[in-house]
Amino acid sequence: MAETAHETHGEEPHRRDFIHIAAMATGAVGVAATVWPFIDQMNPSGDTLALASIEQDISKVTPGQQLVVLWRGKPVFVRHRTPAEIAAAVKDDHADMRDPATDASRTKPGKQEWLILIGVCTHLGCVPSFGTGDYGGWFCPCHGSVYDTAGRIRKGPAPKNLELPDYEFTGPTKVKIG
Amino acid sequence: MSGHSTYEPKTSFERWLDVRLPILRMAHDTAIDFPTPKNLNYWWTFGGILAVCLVIQIVTGLVLAMHYVANAGLAFNSVEHIMRDVNHGWMIRYIHANGASMFFLAVYVHIARGLYYGSYKAPREILWLLGCVIYLLMMATAFMGYVLPWGQMSYYGAVVITNLFSAFDRLIPGVGTAITTWLWGGFAVDNATLNRFFSLHYLLPFMIAGVVGLHIWALHVPGNNNPTGVDVKSKEDTVPFHPYYTVKDAFAILVFLLLFSWFVFFAPEALGHADNQVPANPLVTPIHIVPEWYFLPFYAILRAVPDKLIGVLLMFSAIAMLFLLPWLDTSKVRSMRYRPMARWFFLIFIAATLGLGWCGGKLPDDVVIAVGQDAVSGEPTGFTVVMLSRVLATYYFAYFLLVLPLLGLFEKTLAVPDTISTPVLPKGGASMPTGATASPEKKG
Repeated sequence: MAETAHETHGEEPHRRDFIHIAAMATGAVGVAATVWPFIDQMNPSGDTLALASIEQDISKVTPGQQLVVLWRGKPVFVRHRTPAEIAAAVKDDHADMRDPATDASRTKPGKQEWLILIGVCTHLGCVPSFGTGDYGGWFCPCHGSVYDTAGRIRKGPAPKNLELPDYEFTGPTKVKIG
Repeated sequence: MSGHSTYEPKTSFERWLDVRLPILRMAHDTAIDFPTPKNLNYWWTFGGILAVCLVIQIVTGLVLAMHYVANAGLAFNSVEHIMRDVNHGWMIRYIHANGASMFFLAVYVHIARGLYYGSYKAPREILWLLGCVIYLLMMATAFMGYVLPWGQMSYYGAVVITNLFSAFDRLIPGVGTAITTWLWGGFAVDNATLNRFFSLHYLLPFMIAGVVGLHIWALHVPGNNNPTGVDVKSKEDTVPFHPYYTVKDAFAILVFLLLFSWFVFFAPEALGHADNQVPANPLVTPIHIVPEWYFLPFYAILRAVPDKLIGVLLMFSAIAMLFLLPWLDTSKVRSMRYRPMARWFFLIFIAATLGLGWCGGKLPDDVVIAVGQDAVSGEPTGFTVVMLSRVLATYYFAYFLLVLPLLGLFEKTLAVPDTISTPVLPKGGASMPTGATASPEKKG
């Protein structure tokens, strides 16, 4: 009897609809909660996250040289720039660039000679080679991106400047990266 | 074409089994008495060749996994251990490594055959799509397998390919980086990445085997296409699969294995890169990194575009074209044997794809045709590899998006025979059986 009544007023939601929706929703939450650990297990594990900062002595890096250190599995360039290299970078501060940035914004105040960058090409992740390319900065051998002496992208397919890691000088010749 | 079965159980055991699990009946109907067009040429043997390739890869891979260690500190040395110390390890690894190349060689011939003879057209769209899925799985498997020896090329191959996903940062900032971090299990390609690639490299071939099963199932519903592209109209047009095509396939497989063996025993490193003999070093990228030869055309498309996101999207669309193909080609005629214009466009397409492969192996700024000389350095200038890649990539896409959709509407095709048998029967006899047998089933 109740059946026929419902059929005639078809549009009206009733208790059975509520139970269906509630059951489906609970099931969906359950599936999501079960699937998530199997997806999230691929994200960086605790010990990987724990190795997040290193301290580096840079006293032996003379002007014109570059030190490459491994940080979080990636190379970090610590470049001791010559005055000429700094001047070249500052001169181009307002040149037409894909990812405009001034030279000053790429270094710490008073430590202009130290350029510290993540040595990973922003195109597809290769390690650019030091002191090559048209701007005397870096040249990426994989797909031909050219960076200047401030690590800014000047030519080639890379979309962004070389990234700056978090770092601070803990002494005159000591730097903490991360 | 599937339907009635001609299987007759001969022994009492076969009769007993047949009513419980008709597996022998299935084998009989698919591999022995399956009616197959009688005019299949040697281009049709590559399906069987590919099945052999898959089995070879699974068997050799299984053995290699018994000796390989998936750890960033040990992987390179464990591969050297396989090459030097494991009994016959050098041979098994060379078979596996060259087997990947042979697999791709065969699959490219198989795909090209489908393109030329219109094997993707109705009613074989699902068959074609399943083939495209297999091709995608093959690429993923080959890529992850190449990472496992953990040499310089392995490492930077993994770096470049996983970084393709970082291009999505341009669409939604942060998403691309989140995907790459998730793929790596860290902040760079490292031990976690190597481990998961090994796990997936072991899994995917079995998924390929599963999709191959579906591919064969989808093949056996409409049956084989054939060089004329004309549907099978009567029993006269077919021969049983066994012994006709078992023998033809076996002969082709043996010839193919000769080539395979030549690589394994006489030029095992010809298709590899010397830089992969150097252990992975995250601090130094080799001067000239290139993917394996079978990915070079796509690599050339990626590099042809100065914009990262568009380059990545174009590279993926190059493969997406294959998936869309059944609905892009408007021609009613299947086989290009009867499409005089399409044939030329197809040949140019093959040449363009090979050309892209050549470009992918060169440096982007290499000069193809020297026009002048650089005033300062004296180096030749002119038409570069990047420019050539752009021309060829444009044709690649135009073939799918312009030529095939439009040509089907305007092309004047040659006369298509009524049946598979017509072209080979003597002139006098041709018209008679045509009129008599073709009409009853003409509804298509």
